[in-house]
Amino acid sequence: MSGSTTVGLAKPAETAAQPRAGFWASRRRQRSVRLLFVYSLLIGGAIAVSIPFVWMVSTSLKNLGQVFLFPPQWIPQPVVWRNYYDAVTVVPYPRFFLNTVFVTATSVVGIMLSSSLAAYAFSRLRWRGRDKLFLIVLATMMLPTQVTLIPQFILFRNLKWIDTLLPLIVPSLFGTAFQVFLLRQFFMTIPLEMDEAARMDGCSILGIYWRIILPLSKPALMVGALFAFRFRWDQFLEPLIFLNSPRNFTIALGLRLFQDQNLTNWNLLMAASCVSMLPVLLLFFFGQKYFIQGVVISGVKG
Amino acid sequence: MTAPALSPVARAPRLTYRTREEIAGWLLAGPWILGFLLFTAGPMIASIWLSLTSWDLLGSPKFVGLANYVRMLTDDPSVWQSLRVTTVYAFVSVPLTVGLGLIVAMLLNENVRLQGVFRTTYYLPSVVAGVAVALLWRWLFSPDFGLINAFLAVFGIRGPAWLSDSHWALPALIIMSIWGVGSGMVIYLAGLQGVPTALYEAAELDGASSRQRFWNITVPMISPVIFFQVLIGIIGALQVFTQAFIMTDGGPKEATLFYLLYLYRNGWVYLKMGYASALAWGLFIYIMILTLLILRSSSAWVYYEGSTRR
Repeated sequence: MSGSTTVGLAKPAETAAQPRAGFWASRRRQRSVRLLFVYSLLIGGAIAVSIPFVWMVSTSLKNLGQVFLFPPQWIPQPVVWRNYYDAVTVVPYPRFFLNTVFVTATSVVGIMLSSSLAAYAFSRLRWRGRDKLFLIVLATMMLPTQVTLIPQFILFRNLKWIDTLLPLIVPSLFGTAFQVFLLRQFFMTIPLEMDEAARMDGCSILGIYWRIILPLSKPALMVGALFAFRFRWDQFLEPLIFLNSPRNFTIALGLRLFQDQNLTNWNLLMAASCVSMLPVLLLFFFGQKYFIQGVVISGVKG
Repeated sequence: MTAPALSPVARAPRLTYRTREEIAGWLLAGPWILGFLLFTAGPMIASIWLSLTSWDLLGSPKFVGLANYVRMLTDDPSVWQSLRVTTVYAFVSVPLTVGLGLIVAMLLNENVRLQGVFRTTYYLPSVVAGVAVALLWRWLFSPDFGLINAFLAVFGIRGPAWLSDSHWALPALIIMSIWGVGSGMVIYLAGLQGVPTALYEAAELDGASSRQRFWNITVPMISPVIFFQVLIGIIGALQVFTQAFIMTDGGPKEATLFYLLYLYRNGWVYLKMGYASALAWGLFIYIMILTLLILRSSSAWVYYEGSTRR
């Protein structure tokens, strides 16, 4: 406001020098208005996006009386740490946790091993049928999973694997299309001369995979493993179909059980949710760089 | 000393490198190929056959021809309801998240400070998923004590009952999907940073306004990225399950009866394995048709650098 009036007042006095100075002044002002606009939108959005997390933590530390206060309180008084203890003991949460860790860890190792071997074959070796098979890898990535769900269920039922953790682990041991694709794309960027030099020195085909390709692909392996981890950790439909008794439940199923038992105990429910999100969040913070790289690789190369 | 004596035995059938490569290729891709046959290709074939039968898991499947498909298309309003719900969800939530993601990415691309902090903040919700997130949003949407209605009350608006109101349950799930705006944003940001600055400089010299630069440079240059996100997003949105199962269980009045939820019910609640298989193929075909339509439309609005000069 005051800026525009001074410009207006100055105008008649120094018409010769003013247009240039006025031009720059308004240009700079325009830029700061623009930045202000950009920052306020970004900060507003960031707050909106973070609030659910804050609210979850806040609720998880309240007693029931505070949970149902209106208007809501942000900072719990008193802070009820006990909720976390209750949340993990009302249902056999440690058991769910162990099951999930076991399923996730074995799956991720299996996925990464088989997928990296396949990706190596698809990217570095010449063999007949390779390119056609790779097209199938791509098609499998797009394939909606529900088509195979029912026959898989019947297969595992015939194998007497229902209500064991095997259906959640065994298919992963053969590798997954997404990880094959991701690793293959990365392996392609490693110069072929590396393989040839190693071959000249007497390195075997598996030796090249183990000593050259894998050590050079640590970032891509991290990305693949992080994605596999996140996916397995949050998986819900498959455990729901394949598991029946609570002692075999994964966290996702355990949370649902917990929900059914504590319909309005929102403080406990939020504490349980919080605990189940924690491993993924922690991994994200430590592997953030890889995570975002992975999203970019898989998203841009479409 | 003993090595020379052994070598004729050990090295007798020495294969050429090419042959070994050929064998190794098949062997190393072997686990994946085997897994594909066992857990994808085999089940798919089995699924086609199952969809032509009637089977409640007891006894043996009874062949019924195309009866499941006929019933699905002509005699089951819930199929159409679930298809409608799922389609509306996909075609509202995907453009919303893509559009918002693009806006956030463009704002971040303005050389702002703390870009990394903003990027992490916006991306964080995409990291978590599943039941925990569904529970969190159920609480946020709680009609009397939830945060969203408390926020609306500040402006004197009495918020709806959200998940228990048949008009608001689906919009609520769509609003929740916007929380995942960050995963696309990260990709657009990378795309934007890949646009050569020379293009903008040239346009500025020619006197193009910022709006013209957006529509004539930014959008065409990152359209392949947007296209891929729309495609993946729609395929994903058509397979929503967890939110519907945990938050609304398809209700109220089938207002959030997502297709996969209906399929699950038929298979594992009503134990109609044949009918559920037919439903799975129905969704498969629907997804294929939509994918083809989107791919077909892409030539009109996706710009691939280098493909214009033939």
